Amino acid sequence: MENLFVIFITVFLVNNFVLAKFLGLCPFLGVSKDLKSAKSMGFAVIFVMTIASVVTWCVNTYILVPYNVTYLKTIVFILVIATLVQFVELFISKVSPTLQRVLGIYLPLITTNCAVLGVCILNVQEEFNLLESIVHGFAAGLGFTLAICMMAGIRERLEFAKLPVSMQGFPISLIVGSLMALSFFGFQGFFSN
Amino acid sequence: MGFSAELKKGIFKDNPTFRLLLGICPTLAVTTSIINGIGMGLATTFVLLGSNICISLLRNFIPDKIRIPAFIVIISTFVTLIDLLMAAYAPELHEALGIFIPLIVVNCIIMGRAEAFASRSPVFLSIADAIGMGVGFTLSLSLISFVRELLGSGTVFGIDLLSSFYNPAVFMILPPGAFLTMGLLLGLFNYISRKRR
Repeated sequence: MENLFVIFITVFLVNNFVLAKFLGLCPFLGVSKDLKSAKSMGFAVIFVMTIASVVTWCVNTYILVPYNVTYLKTIVFILVIATLVQFVELFISKVSPTLQRVLGIYLPLITTNCAVLGVCILNVQEEFNLLESIVHGFAAGLGFTLAICMMAGIRERLEFAKLPVSMQGFPISLIVGSLMALSFFGFQGFFSN
Repeated sequence: MGFSAELKKGIFKDNPTFRLLLGICPTLAVTTSIINGIGMGLATTFVLLGSNICISLLRNFIPDKIRIPAFIVIISTFVTLIDLLMAAYAPELHEALGIFIPLIVVNCIIMGRAEAFASRSPVFLSIADAIGMGVGFTLSLSLISFVRELLGSGTVFGIDLLSSFYNPAVFMILPPGAFLTMGLLLGLFNYISRKRR
């Protein structure tokens, strides 16, 4: 239990996926223009990351390892994620049109989100068990959502700031990202070991 | 457009990092030293070249509806190849780049070029496009890692240059420094290309 808590806090805050590990930067910069779409993107990522963690963990443990083909994991994982996203999309559109409207266009984008593939590969690298993988995936998604929502909140205000033309848009967003990453250093040393 | 035009456009006009803003994750993550930056750039160029050639050769055989999964399989094959090659011949670099080698699969530059260029152009031009984009990416990574290594550790290619009079700002090789360097360089590039117009 303690172990799970440590994984959760580490991935959520201390080693935040976006701000400390640089995973999922494309949506972090691309879909953070307003808070509403940032939230939807965040929820879609949490959802897919958690499911992808479970599925790729099972694929790795029950197929790749027994048949001794772990070197295929990059190919297999990306295909599993791509298929999974398609299934999730179909499933959601049948079951909940409301959820479909919220997540809608963001789901297909997730296939090429490096944070999702990253979390699956890290699960294997760190030799997590199933429960740890689920917590890891969920916490990583939550960390991503926290970062992208904070970014969107700040960028909404930045619209009204007087900036040199060359710095508008992405350059100033990256500098905001720099300050956010700096402030997240405050969480370092939560678990000193 | 001819061979040399395709080759040159990746370097400044359509530079993948500073003009098209593709593949930002590896750009920020691995640029702590010039060696890492160039290593990542060359690995990406290898995958880009391989996938562009394959996709261009197969462009008339891949049905339009399943082209994305087909591209993904081709790209990840080359990524697995470079992953194993680097583990065998450059273990230190492999260790330093870590998870970002398998993640070349989801680098938008490669998928972007496959979709926008290689799937509708002859092999000859696709090779030029891959080399141009790859070199452009490698140059951008070198530039960012040069700034970060110089200010963050006071060295260039591991050779001490500044430490006699400058106390290196560790901030620059940590994550916040990556965001800051990229943001300022991007602003500079915007400024230069506005001036040129």
